[in-house]
Amino acid sequence: MSAMSSISFVQASSSDDHQALTASLFLLVVLLTVGITFWASRNTKTAADYYAGGRSFSGVQNGFAIGGDYMSAASFLGISGAIALSGYDGFLYSIGFLVAWLVALLLVAELLRNSGRFTMADQLAYRMRQTPVRTAAATSTIIVSIFYLLAQMVGAGALVSLLLGVDSQAAKNITIAAVGVLMIFYVVIGGMKGTTWVQIVKAVLLMGGTILISVLVLAKFGFNISELLGQAADNSGAGSAFLEPGLKYGASATSKIDFISLGIALVLGTAGLPHILVRFYTVPTARQARQSVLWAIGIIGTFYLLTLILGFGAAALVTGDAKQRIVDSGGNLASPLLAEAVGGGPGSTGGAILLALISAVAFATILAVVAGLTLTSASSVAHDLYASVWKKGQASGTDEIKVARISAFVIGGVAIALAIPGQSLNVAFLVALAFAVAASANLPALLFNLFWKRFNTRGVLWSIYGGLISSVGLVIFSPIVSGKGVDANGKNLSLLPESIDISWFPLENPGIVSIPLGFLLGYLGTITSKERSSEDRFAELEVRSLTGAGAEK
Amino acid sequence: MAEKATPQAQAAYDRIHATDEFKRLKKTYMGFVVPMTIAFMAWYLLYVLCSNYAPGLMNTKVFGNVNIALLWGLLQFVTTFGIAYWYSQFSAKRMDPIADALNAEYDKEANA
Repeated sequence: MSAMSSISFVQASSSDDHQALTASLFLLVVLLTVGITFWASRNTKTAADYYAGGRSFSGVQNGFAIGGDYMSAASFLGISGAIALSGYDGFLYSIGFLVAWLVALLLVAELLRNSGRFTMADQLAYRMRQTPVRTAAATSTIIVSIFYLLAQMVGAGALVSLLLGVDSQAAKNITIAAVGVLMIFYVVIGGMKGTTWVQIVKAVLLMGGTILISVLVLAKFGFNISELLGQAADNSGAGSAFLEPGLKYGASATSKIDFISLGIALVLGTAGLPHILVRFYTVPTARQARQSVLWAIGIIGTFYLLTLILGFGAAALVTGDAKQRIVDSGGNLASPLLAEAVGGGPGSTGGAILLALISAVAFATILAVVAGLTLTSASSVAHDLYASVWKKGQASGTDEIKVARISAFVIGGVAIALAIPGQSLNVAFLVALAFAVAASANLPALLFNLFWKRFNTRGVLWSIYGGLISSVGLVIFSPIVSGKGVDANGKNLSLLPESIDISWFPLENPGIVSIPLGFLLGYLGTITSKERSSEDRFAELEVRSLTGAGAEK
Repeated sequence: MAEKATPQAQAAYDRIHATDEFKRLKKTYMGFVVPMTIAFMAWYLLYVLCSNYAPGLMNTKVFGNVNIALLWGLLQFVTTFGIAYWYSQFSAKRMDPIADALNAEYDKEANA
């Protein structure tokens, strides 16, 4: 009797201990990043400092920062969770997210660095009519970034409350607001320099944490991958199907097409994500932009290989109550609870330390990604909409930075205001949607502008607005928004109430339709327009993008 | 438009665009990236399609619990690293020297 009560007492106090430890590590992450931001802000004076970190980062530094920008909570927690729950089918995300970097390396990074300045619109508007093109590019930049931002912030609220063991709605709201305030702080005070350093530090923390847990997992299996896979399959309850394609997407002919559609959007979306594109402006030359993508591919590739170990490791090693918690969290707790399991299990000191460590890494991950997204949208508002569209290029650099800082406040505020009610909805689809919009709206315009002489203003507008409206529109009429029905527990699977069904598009991922449409509309818009003046500066654009002649220094 | 180039800069761009060196640079670049992009996209799509429609092939076990699906997925990592490395070697050797020379000519002419 007394032994039992003392055991439960030990467990209760160790649970409090680990929450205190987690909370102090979170605080440490916050203090570290705030310190970095102040330190980086000392040298932020000109517009090039604010938007592009003075173009002073080396290829290695920017490679880490790209990794920090790209490896979101959706990657770290989402992919390992998807593998832990759906086995092999979760692996597609890793592969698509990595192969996508070849598009960025071969076709976009260097040419963009040479021909652009601060934003995606700088490149698209190079030989076009400024006002309509910049308006379109800014619209797409802001929408893609807000989608991505919302998914991260809602995730942050859920994650922090789960990890700190607070379940009240108020605590989640406070967490979201706190993340929002922090990201506004990084962007307003630190600009691109502060944001970049936060991303570099986060990438180092994330890689360190991931490598540590992976090694501990592999050590449990004597570094025999086959044994790890075998135990994951046994423990999953699905048997060898867990290691084969189709557990998640193989259910029907429609879900198979959805899988292809997702695969295409993942591989083509990366090179059209505005917050990734602006990272190429932070290095001094195109050659450093190339170096940074090579580093990024190495870092991101290693990371995604390790998510495989984390995902299958969680499936193999996390059991009992903890396993149920992974299922309840939709997979998001797979990595943190795996860390606890390899540290010695629930209630052990090692488990508590590793759980706290990985939770803090996940928190740093969210902070770095939301900062990058906020900075990108604020830059586009200030540089494209304010300075070019409204002031017709007559705004001073000081005014632009001021407007960018105000925009960061507004965008951060909007994100907080949308994320708090968004918690009751399943917003995980927003990341895939952001990739679909980037691939359908931005990538066609970027590639046509770089490689097709005849391309003109109407072509840009049709591809951006066409890709944007078709990808978002198809999702509105997809099972994500309505008509998916309820699951076994009676939980509504769509965003709208069950009684409303406006769905007619069968796929959850619009890419397979909207990406070809974005390219087609870019082509049709171009050939139906009489504008030929865009061709006059194509020779200049070609020379500049391929040689770097006259590129921004 | 982006800030208008000065008349000297404009003349330099037009002259360089017409040179054989620039044409060779462009041809070298396109000659690498176009076939390579088609190849890695086809390789990736084939993998996605087989995951969907060729379970017999993909579920074949190669050793222990490791099947073709998993090995092919890992092979996508290998080819991505390989193509990235290949491009870095190719561009440094075949493209950068031409680009540097043209860039230097531009600086001389545009700022004259």
